[in-house]
Amino acid sequence: MLNCDERMQKFDADPWNTPLVRECECSSPLACRQSVCYILNYMVQYIRTGFDASFAALSDATRRGVLEQLGRADASITDLAEKFHMTLTGMKKHVGVLEQAGLVTTEKIGRVRTCKLGLRRLEEEAAWIERYRRLWDARFDELDKVVEELKQKEKSYGRKKRD
Amino acid sequence: MDARRETEPKNRTTVERKTERELVVTRTFDAPARIVFEAWTKPELFKRWWVPKSYGLTLLSCDKDVRVGGKYRLVYSHPTAANPMEFFGRYLDVTPHSRLVWTNEEAGDGGQVTTVTFKETGGKTLLVMHDLYPSKEALDETIASGGTGGTSETFAQLDELLVTLGA
Repeated sequence: MLNCDERMQKFDADPWNTPLVRECECSSPLACRQSVCYILNYMVQYIRTGFDASFAALSDATRRGVLEQLGRADASITDLAEKFHMTLTGMKKHVGVLEQAGLVTTEKIGRVRTCKLGLRRLEEEAAWIERYRRLWDARFDELDKVVEELKQKEKSYGRKKRD
Repeated sequence: MDARRETEPKNRTTVERKTERELVVTRTFDAPARIVFEAWTKPELFKRWWVPKSYGLTLLSCDKDVRVGGKYRLVYSHPTAANPMEFFGRYLDVTPHSRLVWTNEEAGDGGQVTTVTFKETGGKTLLVMHDLYPSKEALDETIASGGTGGTSETFAQLDELLVTLGA
């Protein structure tokens, strides 16, 4: 496992392919440069789709703390409320804002609502969409060949008819 | 003119999750709609492109009764899969040269309805394939399963393998 400084060097060299907080072993994540980069990274990614929502979500210290917490492990709303010394209702509101911004996803299993970072699912979805695109691209390249052949046949048939 | 065509970039395939329940694939073909439609609907032509060679799949059989209410069934095999994989459903709409709609029933009720439209402009055809899933959860599940050929687990594993081999 890389330490923070090594990871930051790697991050500086290749920011898009260097995983951040999830693998950070830093003892004080709130003071860690990675956390800042992590949040900045999020903001950059959301510029096109949900910039305003993300920005509003990240403007609150508690919500940034929740993101960091979820970067380490998934947690229930009850866990988060306890950790941040808040009422359940208060935490639900914060999680709601993060969820709306697409930064966090929640899933209710039985009576417990579990929160996780939204990025992972979005990344998975983007990867799936790219694989799906490649499958269709390969299919359509083959279809191009069939179509071209039919076109040529039609052309020569048309010439024969005229002759 | 042919020389110019060779230097033109390849037509791009795009995929987008339009909404929570919809997935859209687009591609342009340098041919009239009737030709693209024919290549899609005639089994002997369809067989030649549906299973790209680079994916290592073999289409064992392909039955298509392309008319409203008609059924289709595709059976594939792959060297790594123990059993052949089947995909089947019914045609809900068949409008020659412009529109095909079919169901995907191999996964039971969670299957999507696929609409393909062929729109011809200036001798080129824009193909739009639209998958409508019954719910957000159904599309999420398809994506989470990892499979790109359907909701079957075998296919998901296969896809993983293909990605590894192709990488």
